[in-house]
Amino acid sequence: MSTDTPTRRLPTGVREDAASRGPDETEYTLSVLVENKPGVLSRVAGLFTRRNFNIDSLAVGETENPEYSRMTIVVEGNDKTVEQVKKQLNKLIPVIKVSDLTDDDSVDRELSMFKVAADPDSRGEIMQIADTFRAKVVDMGTSSVVVEVTGDTEKVEAMKDMLRQFGIKETVRTGRISLARGEKVTDKAGN
Amino acid sequence: MFGITGGAVMPVYDALYDDEDINHVMMGHEQGAAHAAEAYHSVTGRPGVCLATSGPGATNLITGLADADMDSRSIIAVTGQVPTEMIGNDAFQETDMRGVSMPVTKHNYLVKDEDDVPDAVQEAFYVSNTGRPGPVVIDVPKDVSKNDTDAVRSELNIEGYSPNYEGHPGQIKKAAEAIEEANKPLIFAGGGVVMADAAEELRELANENNVPVTTSLQGLGSFPEDNDLSVRMLGMHGTGCANRAVTECDLLIGLGVRFDDRATGKIESFAPHAKVIHVDIDPAEISKNIHADIPIVGDAKRVLADLNDEMRSHDAPDTEDWRETLDEWEEKYPMEYEKDDEHLKPQHVIESLDAKTPDDTIVCTGVGQHQMWAAQWYEYKEPRTWISSGGLGTMGCGLPMTIGAKLAAPDTEVVCIDGDGSFLMTLQELSTAVREELDFTLVIINNYYMGMVRQWQELFSNERYAESELPHLPKFDKIAEAFGANGFRLEEPENVEEVLEEALEYDGPSVIDAVIDPNENVFPMVPAGSGNDEFIMGKGTQGSRIS
Repeated sequence: MSTDTPTRRLPTGVREDAASRGPDETEYTLSVLVENKPGVLSRVAGLFTRRNFNIDSLAVGETENPEYSRMTIVVEGNDKTVEQVKKQLNKLIPVIKVSDLTDDDSVDRELSMFKVAADPDSRGEIMQIADTFRAKVVDMGTSSVVVEVTGDTEKVEAMKDMLRQFGIKETVRTGRISLARGEKVTDKAGN
Repeated sequence: MFGITGGAVMPVYDALYDDEDINHVMMGHEQGAAHAAEAYHSVTGRPGVCLATSGPGATNLITGLADADMDSRSIIAVTGQVPTEMIGNDAFQETDMRGVSMPVTKHNYLVKDEDDVPDAVQEAFYVSNTGRPGPVVIDVPKDVSKNDTDAVRSELNIEGYSPNYEGHPGQIKKAAEAIEEANKPLIFAGGGVVMADAAEELRELANENNVPVTTSLQGLGSFPEDNDLSVRMLGMHGTGCANRAVTECDLLIGLGVRFDDRATGKIESFAPHAKVIHVDIDPAEISKNIHADIPIVGDAKRVLADLNDEMRSHDAPDTEDWRETLDEWEEKYPMEYEKDDEHLKPQHVIESLDAKTPDDTIVCTGVGQHQMWAAQWYEYKEPRTWISSGGLGTMGCGLPMTIGAKLAAPDTEVVCIDGDGSFLMTLQELSTAVREELDFTLVIINNYYMGMVRQWQELFSNERYAESELPHLPKFDKIAEAFGANGFRLEEPENVEEVLEEALEYDGPSVIDAVIDPNENVFPMVPAGSGNDEFIMGKGTQGSRIS
């Protein structure tokens, strides 16, 4: 028995003739509301390892309600893998809600501190750069300064590039945190 | 309840000492306790419970927990833990059971306060056996289990957990339309149908609309294999007809299946022409491996009942030509083996066992060639009659599962089709079977090989039989007798009937050491990485594509 239109599936399980998007890898931002209980971070982190997903960054903190924490997870993947990430996260019992902020209009921030080599000659220039980026010099020693910058990833990266010429001795960076703009609330209602 | 005592769990056992309601069965190994609990769930649909001490007792459960996780069986594992104040100090027999079991359980609890015990237990049972069933661990430090509490359970409230049972009416309507329009529809039924007790509804859908049915390994029993619409199991060792049917169908109705790689073969050539309806209670299974054109998240029983209702206002598809084609394939790719008077054939043993046991017999198996022969050569007609390790492929699950099944269904015939390698892994449970006076028959399909590995080595590794030979196995009939069970040795084809009858007749555990032709392989076979339509029918004969 022969079939008129020979078709096949892509490795993603989608029929070739029905596939719309390619499996390009991009960055996705997920906001995950979880119960604020011991072991939850371990569960979420373990899920990513177990399912072979890649975390770019993960930031977690208590919400206005101390019973919950919010995690902002930046994950590398394509539509299919990220769909799986979201579904698998939702299967975890302490996960209350998973919101995808990727295509939403959201405010994204991270904070970074750089310990930069600085002698009396270069100090002024570093402070000028910091000013331009609305960053702050928060500590000063005889041979270094600590610069704190807050902003989206691009801004933090640009700051880093500017400081590199002086010699960055140490860097510390939070993960990205994101919040949807406007009235939209990703919490459950009434929280 | 199946378990083994030990230091950190002693207070729990002390409480059991006075309890008259809970029937505790002492096992030979904690892995056995977990498998027995799994079988209890498979037979009854209620959670099976196992109990172990901290450290090695708890880690010995892991294989059984992982098995239950893969095959969606509801088991509750209560484990002892070192006293609360000693956690983290590397105390004697301390293991971080919550951490260790996290990736292989649906959920787990470490209960650090005795007042939290009632809620943890209540939640554990609820989470384990609702939605997609799975294993749940409750880790209890020794001081917590020792202390008394007046706490009672509070109202059940798990904010982040609310399984969906009802299928979306719009999606069910779409599914009905797709069925009506299909020319070559095929139902692919899995373990979800069995677990949801949806076999009746499945029969109605298939019979009323003349839609042929194939099953996954864990779907065996979801649809009677002697029904004309059954094309039997698909996948790596499925029938030629089922594998061609799934390749050629234009509508695939997946019910409670997870499109495992052993079932789909190479994804690229799985049901390449088909629109896919996928019904599953776990949203994460939808479009995980195979894209679903019409996804329906819900309980198989309720969704099928609604779909059957909906089909009453739709015409049944015209499947006459399609069924004729399937009949032709059934004839073209028959299930057969070479019978001879000299060599004992596993298929012969299993066929005879089938003929001598009633339709509701529960068949347990280990993992390997014997398991596939058991799937192929025993005809399954009723749900909850097939209990085996599908997803994890856990050798050694056979005997402990048989024990759990027999205890769950004492009035039902229970048999185990095991392998020599599998049986060797958990044979200590014979002592449990003898002590509990369990009446079952276990047949070891013995080829003195890790047979499935040998088969792959023969077919794909130039007959390099690396560590797959087991020439020094003990005489299993003698082992059985040493345990106090009834032992038989079966070597001649002419003795098959007599030995089986005698073993089935015996009131107690019977072990038949059936020494088979070691060269026998499992066919048909879809080589790993090939498409389902590229099956091999037997040595050197190609199935579909070539013909």
